[in-house]
Amino acid sequence: MIKFLVYVAIILGALAIGYLVRVFELASSLKGTKPEVITEKDNKLQARLMLFFLFAFFAYVIWNLVEFAPRMLPVSASEHGVEIDWLFNFNMAILFFVFTITHIILFYFAFKYYGRKGIQVTYLAHDNKLEMIWTIIPAIVLAIIIIFGLKSWNKITSDADPNSMIVEVYAQQYNWTARYAGADNKLGDANYRLITATNDLGMDEKSAEGKDDIIVKNEIHIPVGKEVEFKFRSRDVIHSAYFPHFRAQMNCVPGMTTMFHFTPTITTAEMRKDPYVIQQVKEINAIRQAAAKKEGRTEKPYEFNYILLCNKICGKSHYDMQMRVVVDTEADYKKWLATKPAFFAAPPADATKKEVAEIK
Amino acid sequence: MSDNHGHHESHHGHDSHDHHHDEHHHQESFVTKYIFSMDHKTISRQFLITAVIMAFLAMLMSFIFRLQLAWPGEEFAIINFLLGDKMGKDGMINPETYMALVTIHGTVMVFMVLTGGLSGTFSNLLIPYQIGARDMASGFLNMLSYWFFFLSSVIMMWGFFIESGPASGGWTVYPPLSALPQAMDGSKMGMTLWLVSMSLFIISALLAGLNYIVTVIQLRTKGMTMTRLPLTVWAFFVTAILGVLSFPVLFSCALLLIFDRSFGTSFYLSDIYIGGQALEQTGGSPILYEHLFWFLGHPEVYIIILPALGLTSEIISVNSRKPIFGYRAMIGSILAIGFLSFIVWGHHMFMTGMNPFLGSVFVFTTLLIAIPSAVKAFNYITTLWKGNIRYTPAMLFAIGLVSTFISGGLTGIILADSALDINIHDTQFVTAHFHIVMGVSAILGMCAGVYHWFPKLFLRHMNKTLGYIHFWGTFIAAYGVFFPMHFLGLAGVPRRYYSNSAFPMFDNLIDINIFITSFAALAAAVQLIFLFNFFYSMFRGPKSEQNPWNSNTLEWTTPMANTHGNWPGALPVVHRWPYDYSKPGKDQDFVPQTVPLAEGEVDGGGH
Repeated sequence: MIKFLVYVAIILGALAIGYLVRVFELASSLKGTKPEVITEKDNKLQARLMLFFLFAFFAYVIWNLVEFAPRMLPVSASEHGVEIDWLFNFNMAILFFVFTITHIILFYFAFKYYGRKGIQVTYLAHDNKLEMIWTIIPAIVLAIIIIFGLKSWNKITSDADPNSMIVEVYAQQYNWTARYAGADNKLGDANYRLITATNDLGMDEKSAEGKDDIIVKNEIHIPVGKEVEFKFRSRDVIHSAYFPHFRAQMNCVPGMTTMFHFTPTITTAEMRKDPYVIQQVKEINAIRQAAAKKEGRTEKPYEFNYILLCNKICGKSHYDMQMRVVVDTEADYKKWLATKPAFFAAPPADATKKEVAEIK
Repeated sequence: MSDNHGHHESHHGHDSHDHHHDEHHHQESFVTKYIFSMDHKTISRQFLITAVIMAFLAMLMSFIFRLQLAWPGEEFAIINFLLGDKMGKDGMINPETYMALVTIHGTVMVFMVLTGGLSGTFSNLLIPYQIGARDMASGFLNMLSYWFFFLSSVIMMWGFFIESGPASGGWTVYPPLSALPQAMDGSKMGMTLWLVSMSLFIISALLAGLNYIVTVIQLRTKGMTMTRLPLTVWAFFVTAILGVLSFPVLFSCALLLIFDRSFGTSFYLSDIYIGGQALEQTGGSPILYEHLFWFLGHPEVYIIILPALGLTSEIISVNSRKPIFGYRAMIGSILAIGFLSFIVWGHHMFMTGMNPFLGSVFVFTTLLIAIPSAVKAFNYITTLWKGNIRYTPAMLFAIGLVSTFISGGLTGIILADSALDINIHDTQFVTAHFHIVMGVSAILGMCAGVYHWFPKLFLRHMNKTLGYIHFWGTFIAAYGVFFPMHFLGLAGVPRRYYSNSAFPMFDNLIDINIFITSFAALAAAVQLIFLFNFFYSMFRGPKSEQNPWNSNTLEWTTPMANTHGNWPGALPVVHRWPYDYSKPGKDQDFVPQTVPLAEGEVDGGGH
């Protein structure tokens, strides 16, 4: 019934506008003007709107920068990320300059040269000099952008330091698992056909390198100041391992292993003391508490954490596929890792029980 | 109808063409005239009306998922109203419906509206008209192209009416997600429909493209050399070539996916454990799919934007009452963009684990495209300089396109830089970038085309005041929606997230999402004004005179009637390029292409 009423309202609304337009058209034809002809008055009005838009647009852009920029990611917590951020700002400065100049010229011309009687039009079909200028200048600017960009790219994607620590990140719908290579810093073999309810990663018992591998869910710890080489695998569909705070990302593709390495530079504890982060966390908590209060529930305060999230559409819970990343001091990291048993080590009695329970 | 082909002569010796249409006008029934028509004008109108309807549906889909993003978990009567009790239960959408809406919105906009709709409408309308031909080279293939397009559009929407819902793996439908029905509901029957629909669409695009190419090469009227073609025709011509070279690759891409889904092959599948089971398939690679997909996918974005730029070139020149600045540079840019578009696809795949050196090559080729694009933008701006600008709604849309093409193009330079792509790949920054540079720009170009050529399409004018409101509303809303979206990306928010509430770190971004959705509502509201204006003016708009914009091009030399064969008498003969506006020494500020050169007069912009 409501649907029917809505349809009736839409039809009546359209009819009403139709009659209104008809009345305007009749009125103007009575006045002897043709409503479809563009008059000088129209041109002048639109030209003024163009100029007005230019100012409003830049005011809007600046408002966006002031209002939204403080909500962006905090300072990069990885070595190469600082370089990426620098490069981003450098490119943005160039592009913002081009954006400003072209928009000022575009809308100023649109304002200044509106059609009116007696205007002198300059018949200008081409000008080799001008065309050369705006082919060569963009080419030079782009050359600079390409050179800086590729310099960083080559550095970031060069082979990892042979001494770097190896960690596997394993993706599946809709969670992450981390595997540490253990004392030998070598990952054992794994095969998807070996996957069982207790062997989530399909690890091969016969592989000597795998004996000391450690498997961790929910959170991944890495030591500060040490290069980590991540190896990515996926069990089912394509995922993408995205570490926004470290400016790092790599797809996880079933059937192949991909890699990305970086050096974390700021521990989680240090990052929580960063004034920018403190401010953001404060704002976030204010929003969360207000929402909780409205719904009459209590909310634990949010604490800053690094995060690993899925950045390639992977199914219905794609939006909630995450793992906490903790950057520790070397000592804390070792302490934490020591509490985790190797996967093939004889599991403590209570862990066995838990796994059995999971199979059931 | 078969004897209609008698009119489609090549330009050799058609000067003495006799007019004998009347004798078979009476043979045309309603069905052959309006449904299975072979006339390029009717087919153009069919494409346009289908595209307008599809665009409206795609816009409604986007509005629904924007509501979800701004107010996750809240109930909206309108969602229930639009989606019904199954998908819109309690006025909310679940994650799978969200994904389905995102996927079909993207597919419909990219293929049905901005490829089929844009090229289908304007290539069909303007190629024969502007080159001085009586119709397309093959009216029959042209008719088939529309009906394949229509069928493909219907099948694409059909997904909403089946139990498991439409395809929902994003418009790129990467396998294994799209290949395995176990992976998500959208990969069941809905995905099959998507593939069938796309296969039909590719057939339509190929039939149309071949026809456009042959028509431009073969059927130009006497005197219409390639360097006297309006830039619209150049754009449509290069677009058609891109389509003919790249769509077959998408077809093979889709075909292999059909095999993997239905016949147990493993082109794209390897080492997969899903649904508690290790699959048999090994040795394939989903990366192969990405290569094949983007080999079409990147030329595709130029298939979308080039026709819009072509329309803009014509509209800016006509309404500035000035020749387009740098006509030959514009042709060169179109050709350069067309060529480069085939060697840049890898920039969509920097994060797939591709060899970094190969990545560097794609960075280089991609950034090269910025040069011809910059030339085009500067040439548009220079065309405005010292002009006598007449602000038709079409002209406003064309200027709007120049603005969005610049601002969206600039962020493309960031994304093409592989080192920077690491951090913003697949985030909302990408969504913002491509919506501005190809979504909004192409829509603005298409609207400009509709307002400008409405008198040729429906012999009437659209209401200019409603047109002005439509432009400013759309333009402001476009920046209102997509400008802040860049910041979401820079805050680390990924694309295609049903909700950001799983991450407390994104909680301070919710008001940006509310801001965006409010402007999306404005955009939707002004499109209603357009819809009204479009259908109202089609029947009741003021009748147009023959050459309402004082244009030079040939389509305005035909009478304001849907004459079959376009020109009642002999075909026009062309004597000059199409951009002699405000030429010194002429008593009018335009000189149609059919006017012979005066003694000593130089063609092509000299004077």
